[in-house]
Amino acid sequence: MEFNENFILGCSAIGAGLALIAGIGPGIGQGIAAGHAAAAVGRNPGAKSDITSTMLLGQAVAETTGLYGLLIGMILLFVKPLLP
Amino acid sequence: MGQGILLSAAADVDFMVHGLFSYKFFGHTVWITTTHVCLLIVILFLIGFSIVAGRVMKHATEIPSGFQNVVELIVEMLDKMVGSTMGKHAGPFLNYIGTIFIFILISNFSGLFGLRPPTADYGVTLPLGLATFTLIHYNKFKYQKVKGVIEGLCSPWPFWAPINMIGDIAVPISLSLRLFANVLSGTVMMALVYGLLSKIAVIWPAVLHVYFDLFSGAIQTYVFCMLTMTYITDARTTE
Repeated sequence: MEFNENFILGCSAIGAGLALIAGIGPGIGQGIAAGHAAAAVGRNPGAKSDITSTMLLGQAVAETTGLYGLLIGMILLFVKPLLP
Repeated sequence: MGQGILLSAAADVDFMVHGLFSYKFFGHTVWITTTHVCLLIVILFLIGFSIVAGRVMKHATEIPSGFQNVVELIVEMLDKMVGSTMGKHAGPFLNYIGTIFIFILISNFSGLFGLRPPTADYGVTLPLGLATFTLIHYNKFKYQKVKGVIEGLCSPWPFWAPINMIGDIAVPISLSLRLFANVLSGTVMMALVYGLLSKIAVIWPAVLHVYFDLFSGAIQTYVFCMLTMTYITDARTTE
């Protein structure tokens, strides 16, 4: 069966869109981290700078899985590995 | 048509690495790319900064003034960061962590000056990850000895060893991919803004630059150094 180039590119675009669903996870995770950090600052305002840096570190690590999805999407869109 | 569907103004959007010229190296074609040039600019800047800093510190005065203030501030900040994370293991790593911190930071910031950040190329971040990997395992074998390493690999049960091994190998890959993907996503976003919205891209992209280049770059630099330090401290800790 023969597929033409446009069909493959269209499917790549759909695949890239599906890959970016991975963005949901880090969104929820970072939101939870930020919410708990806000609660922690409310309990102990003196430790604000420590809490903020810990929160940012944790969020940056939690972001990783979303970035993997982004990477897959970019590879599908711009490197076009599926084209013959 | 074909590829035009994917990115309607594809000609204006440019964030890829370009080859500048190629040469033969033992029968392989090797390219000098834009990454090399940007890396060279960053390194020349850092070398110039170090030479000036060294000259200033040679005539250091008791009460710091001018440029000496800046240099002392940077060194003290790095010392504090490494010291508070690594504790008694900090000594030998002050120089290494300080070096990669300044290098990655300036690389990420270089997007502000119109360069393509060198860290948006996987060929730059993978060696950084591999350096961390080498340090982790060198220190592991040095401090926990072969017996401790095998025990660590076989915990909690011996048949867990392959999974622990995969976990070890994933460390440099996830470290380097995290830095690479973050900087690349910033680069792509800025390229899209300047390429597709070039008619109205006046002044307001500065806000995006502050987020993608300064904030994201600084956070990712901090995360990379922090994780490197945590892993090395873990490897050097013997129970």
